[in-house]
Formats: sequence, C-alpha cells, structure tokens
Amino acid sequence: MAERSFKEEVKKLRLGQGEEFRGEGILAVTKALLQAGVAYVGGYQGAPISHLMDVLADAQDILDELGVHFEACASEAAAGAMLAASVNYPLRGAVTWKSTVGTNVASDALANVASGGVMGGALIIIGEDYGEGSSIMQERSHAFAMKSQIWLLDPRPNLPSIVHMVEKGFELSEASNTPVMLELRIRACHLYGRFEAKDNRRPSPSVKDAMENPVRDVTRIVLPPSSYVHEQEKIDQRWPAAVQFIKDHKLNEFMGGVVGDIGVIVQGGLYNSLMRTLELQGLADAFGNTEAPIYVLNVAYPLVNEEIVGFCADKKAVLLVEEGQPDFIEQAINAILRKADVQTKVVGKDVLPMAGEYTADILAHGVRAFFNDHAPHLTSASKALAHSPADAGALPAKLPPRVPGFCTGCPERPIFAAMKLAEKELGRFHVSSDIGCHLFSINAPFNIGNTTMGYGLGWAGASAFNVEAKKRAVAVMGDGGFWHNGLTSGVGNAVFNKSDNVLVIVDNNYSAATGGQDILSSRAENPARSTRHAITEAVKGVGVKWVKRVRSYDVATLRDTLREAMTTVEKGPKIIVAEGECQLNRQRRVKPLTNRAIKQGVRVVRERFYVDSDTCTGDHACVRLSGCPSLTIRDNPDPLKVDPIAYVDNSCVGCGHCGEVAHAAVLCPSFARVELIYNPTWIDRALARLRQSVISWLQRRAARSMA
Amino acid sequence: MTRPISIAVVALGGQGGGVLAQWIVDLAEANGYLAQYTSIAGVAQRTGATIYFIEIFPEAVVKATGKMPVLALMPAPGDVDIVIASELMEAGRAVTRRFVSPDLTTLIASSHRVYSVSEKQAPGDGRADDKAVLDALRLAAKKLVLFDMDQAAEDTSSVISAVLFGALAGSGALPFSRAAYENVITASGKSVVNNLAGFARGIEGAQGAPPQSPHADAFPASVHDTLERGVARLQDYQDASYAALYVERVEKLRGVATDDRLLRETARYLALWMSYEDVIRVADLKTRTGRLEKIGAEARALPGQPYYSIEYFHPRYEEVCDTLPAALGATLLKSNAMRRLLAPFFAKGRQIHTAKLSGFLPLYTLARLRRYRRGTLRFKKENAAIEAWLAQVMTIAPQDYELAVAIAELPRLIKGYGDTHERGMDRFNRIMALLPNLIGKADAAAKVRALRDAALQDEEGRAFAAELQNVA
Repeated sequence: MAERSFKEEVKKLRLGQGEEFRGEGILAVTKALLQAGVAYVGGYQGAPISHLMDVLADAQDILDELGVHFEACASEAAAGAMLAASVNYPLRGAVTWKSTVGTNVASDALANVASGGVMGGALIIIGEDYGEGSSIMQERSHAFAMKSQIWLLDPRPNLPSIVHMVEKGFELSEASNTPVMLELRIRACHLYGRFEAKDNRRPSPSVKDAMENPVRDVTRIVLPPSSYVHEQEKIDQRWPAAVQFIKDHKLNEFMGGVVGDIGVIVQGGLYNSLMRTLELQGLADAFGNTEAPIYVLNVAYPLVNEEIVGFCADKKAVLLVEEGQPDFIEQAINAILRKADVQTKVVGKDVLPMAGEYTADILAHGVRAFFNDHAPHLTSASKALAHSPADAGALPAKLPPRVPGFCTGCPERPIFAAMKLAEKELGRFHVSSDIGCHLFSINAPFNIGNTTMGYGLGWAGASAFNVEAKKRAVAVMGDGGFWHNGLTSGVGNAVFNKSDNVLVIVDNNYSAATGGQDILSSRAENPARSTRHAITEAVKGVGVKWVKRVRSYDVATLRDTLREAMTTVEKGPKIIVAEGECQLNRQRRVKPLTNRAIKQGVRVVRERFYVDSDTCTGDHACVRLSGCPSLTIRDNPDPLKVDPIAYVDNSCVGCGHCGEVAHAAVLCPSFARVELIYNPTWIDRALARLRQSVISWLQRRAARSMA
Repeated sequence: MTRPISIAVVALGGQGGGVLAQWIVDLAEANGYLAQYTSIAGVAQRTGATIYFIEIFPEAVVKATGKMPVLALMPAPGDVDIVIASELMEAGRAVTRRFVSPDLTTLIASSHRVYSVSEKQAPGDGRADDKAVLDALRLAAKKLVLFDMDQAAEDTSSVISAVLFGALAGSGALPFSRAAYENVITASGKSVVNNLAGFARGIEGAQGAPPQSPHADAFPASVHDTLERGVARLQDYQDASYAALYVERVEKLRGVATDDRLLRETARYLALWMSYEDVIRVADLKTRTGRLEKIGAEARALPGQPYYSIEYFHPRYEEVCDTLPAALGATLLKSNAMRRLLAPFFAKGRQIHTAKLSGFLPLYTLARLRRYRRGTLRFKKENAAIEAWLAQVMTIAPQDYELAVAIAELPRLIKGYGDTHERGMDRFNRIMALLPNLIGKADAAAKVRALRDAALQDEEGRAFAAELQNVA
C-alpha cells in the first residue's frame, strides 16, 4: 500500500456538476480525466505525479462504476505502450510519469504511437521534474515532443486552466490524430487551488466494447511502407490540423494591453511568475492587468506561426520567457519571424540565463533589463513594490548543507554501514549505484557509490567491470528498479555475459522512493494486484546460482556475506538480497495499530534506543556508521569535556541499527535498547518490583562501601 | 491596491511543514480569504530542507472587482510577508535565499537545532556557529519571533507545527483572531488538546520574553571549578587517595604556570585521562543508582510503567586482558596460542539486560573489581602515559609556554573505546613524538593545535596525514 491512504482525496473525484473542487493540481488532473470520459489510465509513479497513481489506486470503486481501466504499469515504457489502445479505437487514454526520466524510458513506445497516430485522444501527463526540488538530471521534455511530433501543452498554473487543458488536450489529440503531452512543473503538480467540477463521464466506447469488437488497420502499424507514409502524414495532415485546432479553440492566450511597441511571450507554466515579476516592478497589478501585451503559449509545441507573426509584427522588440535549454522556442520564433520578414527583435536568452530554473530573482533581472532597454517610458513611470532583502553577509558559508538522507530507522542504512565495514577490511571497491532512496549512500556519512545510470540500471552500470581483477565491483539496485527493468538489464545481462560481480538488491517491500507503491515482490495482500513474488525466485529463474537473503538490520551477517561474495572463488554473478520493510511505510502502518492496542489495554512492548551519557565519549563513530536523524548530538553534560555527545531523540523507532553497529564495529558500550511495557500484567509488575528491590539493595550496599 | 499576503514555510522533511501550511490555508479560507499553496517536496521529503509557499487574498476584493488575482508559486525576494522556519539553520537559509526583508518580513523561527550529518559525524565538535546565525536573524527581519519551539512542543506533547502556528497568531502578522486559529486546530480533529496547548505556548513565546540563545555557555573558566569537578570525578571513579594523587599532580604544575590556562587545561584533561574508560568503569556506571530512572525519563516512560534497558556490549579479547592483573594480562596478550583459544569467546557482541538480575549481577560483580584496578594491565599502561605527558608539560612550560598549553590540551584526542580509542591514542603519540623537533620553533604551539584539529576532523585521518606532511 502507498505511503498514505487517499480515501479523502478519492471523495473529491465524485464531485458533480457545479460543485467546487478544492485540492492539489495533480488531483485536479485526475478529476479532469474522469470528466473527459477517459477509458483507461496507466503510468509509473514518481514525484511529482505519484498522487495521480496513488489516488486512482485507492479509487477502484469509482473506476469500476464508470468502467474505466486503471493499471499501475511496470515501467514508463509499459505505460507508453498502453496508448496503443487508442490507435484502432476511439478510446480516450491517459498515461503519466515523471519526466524527463520517464519519457526517456517511454520514448520507444511514444515514437511508435506517434508514428502510427491515434484515433482516440491520447494524453501523456508529465511531471516536469526541473529546478528546485528536482531529483534528476536537468533536461527538457520539449525535445521529445519535437522529435516524435507529439504536441506539448504547458498551461498557466492555476486549476481551472489546467483542468481546461486536460479536456482540450483530448480534443486536440483526436482532431490531429496525435498523442498530446500535458506538462506540469513540480509546483503546479502540488498546487492547491479550486475549480468548478463537472460530472464524470462514462467512456463510450469503453475498453470492454473495444475488446469485444476488434478492428484492425494495417496502415497504422509501424513497418514500411506505412512508416514512410506516417512521416508525411505528420507534416501534411496532423500538424496543420493541430494548428487549426489551437487557433480555433484559442488555446494560446493574448493578455495584457493591446497597444505598444513591445510585448512579452511566455510559456504558460511561467505566466504567474512573470506577472508577479511585472507587478513587483510596478508594471502590472495583482490581477494581471498590465499595459504590456502578453502572448501566453499554453501550447509550447507546435507554435502557431500566424499568431506569432501577428503578435510581433507591430512591435520593435518582444521578451521571450522560455525556461531551460536548448532555447527551442527562441530559435523557432526567430526563424518564423525572419521567414515572414518581420524584423522584431526577440530578446530571450540574452537577458535571461540559458540554463537553470527561472526563479523570481532571475526573472526580475531579465524583465528589468528588457523594459529598461526597450520600454523606458513604462519603467520610468512605474514604482517598484519589492522591498530590499536583508543582507546575508557571510552567513551562507556558516550554514551546514542539508542533503536528503535515509529516514529514521530506514532498513537501507544498515546495508551501507555493512558495506563501509566491508570496505575497511577489503579496501575500497567500485560501487555502481541505482535510482532510489539507496542513492543517498553517496552522501555523508557513507560516501559510497560511483555512478547512477538510471532506474534499474545499477548492475548494467557495472557491466564493463567484467574482467579478471583482484577486486570485484559491487552494484546496488532497489526492488523498484529491479522490477522496472533491472531483472533483464542487470541480472539477465550479468548471467548471459558471465559476470563475476556482486549485486546487492535492496528489498524493502515497496517502490519506496516514489511514495511506497506496491510492486511484484511486496509482502502486503493487495486485492487489486498480484504481490508476493519473491526476488530470489526471479533471479534464480534467470540463472543466478549464488543468491543469499539477509535481514538488512543484521549488519554483521550482511558484512560477512558481502565479504564472502567479494572473495569467494566461485565464479558467476552473486546476488545478496537485503530485506527490511521501508520504515516510513512500516510506521504509517504499525503506529496507529500500536496506539490503538495501547488504548484498548493490550500488553505492548515498545522499543527505542538510548545513548548512555556517562559512557559516551563524543567521538561520533556511531554517527559515521548511521546518519540516522534520531541519532543526534547534544552538549556534553560533563563540564570537563568539550565535545558534544551522541544522543537518541524521541523520534527513534527502535529499528536496532545503533546496537547492531555498536556490536559489528566494536564501537562502545554506550548503546542500550529500552523496552517500555504498556498495560503491564500483574506478573510484569511483580517481577519489576522484585528486580528493582534486589538491585537497589545491592546499589545501596555499594554506595556504602564507597563512602 | 490590495496585494496578496505571501507566506513561506521552511522546514525539514518529516517536521510537518505540510500540516502547518494546510492549517494556514484552512485558516485563510475560513476567514474570507482565497488561498493558494504549493510545495517543493520530492527527495527533500527524506530529511532534506523543504519549502512550502502560501499566498492568500481577500475574497471581498475579488467579489468587488470581479477579477481573480494572479498568485505566485514561489517566493520572490523582497516580497515575502511572513517567513516561518522550523529550525535555526533553516531560518538562516531563508535569509541567505533573500526571503527576509528588514522593512517587511515577520520572521518566526524556532531557535533549536537539528544537526545535519556533516555536523554530527566529526570526531570532535563539528557543530555550526549558532551565534552567527542568531546575530544575522536579529538584523534581518522587521519583526522576529524566536524561541525554542521544539522544547515547547515537547513540553506540551504536541508538534512543532502547533507551536509555530501559535507563534504566527501571536505575531499578529495575519488579520485573524486567536479563536480563528484555534478553530482550525479543533476542526483538524487530531491531538486537539495537545496541539492547542502547543499553540498557546507559541502565542506566549511570540508575545513574551525576549529571545534567548539556545545554548548557554557551559564553561565557567576558573581553575578551581575544574579542579573540583576533577576531584569529584576521580573520587567517583576510584577513591579518595586517587583524587588526592590528581590534586598533587596539578599542584606540581603551579610552579611553572604563569596563567590560569595551563592549570585549567591540564586539570581538565588529567581528570578525564585518569578516569579512562575500562570494563570496570563501564560496568560500574551501568549499575549505578538512579541510572534506570534517567533512562525512563529520557524514553518518556509513564509513571509506574515497567521498562527495561538492554545494553550493547562488545568487549574484545584486548579489553579483557587489560582488566587482568598486569603480568597475567600482558602474557595473555602476547601469547598467540591463548589468543586463538580465548579470543573466539569475545568475538561477538552481547546484549545485557541491566535491569534484570541475569544481567545486573555479572556487571555488578565486575564493578566491584575496581578496588583491584591499580593492579590491572590497563592501569599500568595509562599511568605511564599520563606521567610521560605531564613530564612534557612540566619541562616545556618554562621554554615555550604556549606550546605547553597546547600539549596540555592534547589528550582531547584520546577518547572512546576499542578502535576509536586506539586511533586517538595513536594520533596523540605521533604528535608527542614530534615534540623534540618542534621545541624552540616560533610556531610550535600553532602547529600542535593544527595537528590536533586535523586529527579530529575525519576518522580516516586524511586531514591528519596532510597536516603531518605540513609539519614535517
């Protein structure tokens, strides 16, 4: 089950005509899909679109009522291929993932579906993970739209606009027989707002109708000669149809003033940031009223030449606000204007940076530069609203960096503690990392891991290190990545190529980093999915002989198993499956149950850890093998000592890692596990009293002898 | 011209910044404001720094004008009305990100620290400089509400979000009544009583006493204090005559000390070194009166609730030999045959129930061995090293006083158990071995201090090795 329950959010999907929806952007998209009569939805979870998947996973009853098929796909490639259902049938379908990484994975399927074209509306909802808070390489999904001729929507970031664009996206897709991408940046996905809901629509036809009445059109299949025809179709028919639709339905918006010899062209998604910038410089009001004409590209691809020429023709200069690189839109607008012999100056990446997110600060610089140069009459009359920020002086250097790390009690922490201990014995080895929470191993205190090549590609990333050598390379892969593609690209590849290397699979029962979704090897019973398919069985099935399962919290055994894998004379790929349930999910599951049990009077023993301030000497060797948020430091209570001592705060979940590490690394005798007994029985009480009385008698005796 | 009110909440993943942001949205919506809210979560949810951004706008103005405001999705420098930071360094980060303006921004921050891994992992004291951040905060904001809200949350068994919410109410930065805030907490239906208590503490904090520095200075700097503590410690560690030996040793230095520092630092580190941690000491501390109560308080045991502590011990063969009478211990340590025979018994760590008799009694018995401590192998070793160190301080003080002080401070390197102790001792010895070359050089003291700081920087000794090269 996912990190949290979405039952409350699911209720919002039932809102009817005229009712007000309040909630998150990505949830608004989910509702908009149902309002648009979508027949099937698929995708692969990942920030910032995970909630679309999570909410639909919890909304099975609504989906059943409407006859909508929802699938948690094995990967983005699988999700992209799902759109094949819209090729032969007028079925509206939507798929979603994190981009650009997910689009990379899906691109094979996307290129194929875009080549043959679609009959039913095909919408690809991408969470553009770019800028602050992103966890991936910084690229633009725009390039995928261009290369495959898929249309790219980039709506203004407010819920009514986003919801409207979902509906128009399906229509545009159908009008031009082309799949359409709807791009939402991180902040837009998490944007809380309101819109007026409509009734949900049953898909007609439904997936069932299509299955029962199959049709086939060989010209839609990507194989010569059709593939050549497809390319011509894209240019001769689908593109013009799309442009016509965009114009007719006014998907792009002309806002702001109507006169003036300057203007601004902006990607829809950046509209609010632009308007706030103009407002702070005294060039607009809080409602977006401004003298400057603004052309909002809610459709980032394709551009509508006529609209661009029309907007620019009477202007000396336009400011183009286009985030990210390369500057596809700027190049295209320049080409369009020159071909139309319009000499308007396009000011874009010369006053705004080519690379990086357009924050409020950066936009302010660019906008100011443009208006000062090209519209001094506006800036001289305006009064800036922004106050001066405080001078931070030398502060930045004094602030400790705060990098993401393993949660309190995370079962992945002991894996890297064991690896660090193995490193102490065997010397350093090459570690190929993967995508997932386990990638936090690259940071302090573990500092383990050389590269990451993509989700599930951890072992493939070590495949070159498959030669005779004195050391073996180690790869890490999560269970999420394993099922995403690691079973074939990593394990199958290693078996086939007779690799002698070591793979550590982090089996935490979920696709944890994306929000704790179930996967094939999840232990939970999930009525809607088939789970409990063991990873060990899967790897044995493709021919791995050396497979060990270890409880991840057992640091000593894990270290010994690693040593064995690294040094055994046995040839062939070696796999260690380190098992331990994701603590974030475990706590969400267990905590309420425990609290309820305590309330109901059931005997419960709760564990947590404790550092003895009398014996801790403040060396922090334990921290260097942990980094747990609950294992922290505080002032030394002994005034003779200078260095802070270790301390376990009350967020400790009692995972046991501290104790295991203290043992395995022979650290110190300061760690203790505390067992608290709730609702003790009379036996508990009697025993406690007895023990306590004997112990205090002895203690009093000892105190006397000392005095 | 009405403008939206911008609120940035900066928090750490898992601190409940999302809950606070949602409360502010609920508060605004229930009191005639439109609210928009967004966040940057992603990987930062896993213990990194996160930011939540809220804008609110009066609905009456929307109705009057018939127009919707364009609300921003990210804070703009010079345009954030309220910054709420759930931790001291994050408040500092908000200043460096230019969210705080001296003539606009109300800054509400908890003064407590959540240490980052980089601060925690240093073998010495790697903590960031609180004072620099506190000073910067005092200058940065139009209004500053700063106190330890984590403690307030802890005291009221609520969450820091509740205290921050109260501090927001108390700051008067939003046009809403106290009752309006409280209604939001009540309507949430979760831990209402505790959260209202936390909220009340937040209001008090915002309206009450001037902000305090979170860490009081722990050290009064007089020799007498240190000496007294040293005596108490050694009496507790061994006996009165051992404490007397300590005073005698410090006394000897009087002749060569020209200021407090040499006496104080020697007294400090001599006390710590003389009370080195051996198996007897650990067993003694673990079986003391009041210890279980202390654990109970820290683990928040309920009144009358039974609880037990299970200690993790891993004494190695070496430590066991160290505790034996010197001659026997030395023989066993040297003998490979005995090591092969006996070491396997100490290869595994043990978990000992110190509050149950099965665990308490063996430790209790072990602790009673302290009367024989002076005869142990470890005592002989430590005592010899202490004497050698004191002799160096004595000899060097008349020639190079600063160097003597630096040497007096050097045992800071010796701490911990097992490997950690060996590593510290090794670095200490290597610096001591350099002394013959350093005496007489102008910057000898600075070099010793640089070596000490480098030795405390990282476990692997990279900084130390580099510094050694420097000195050599």
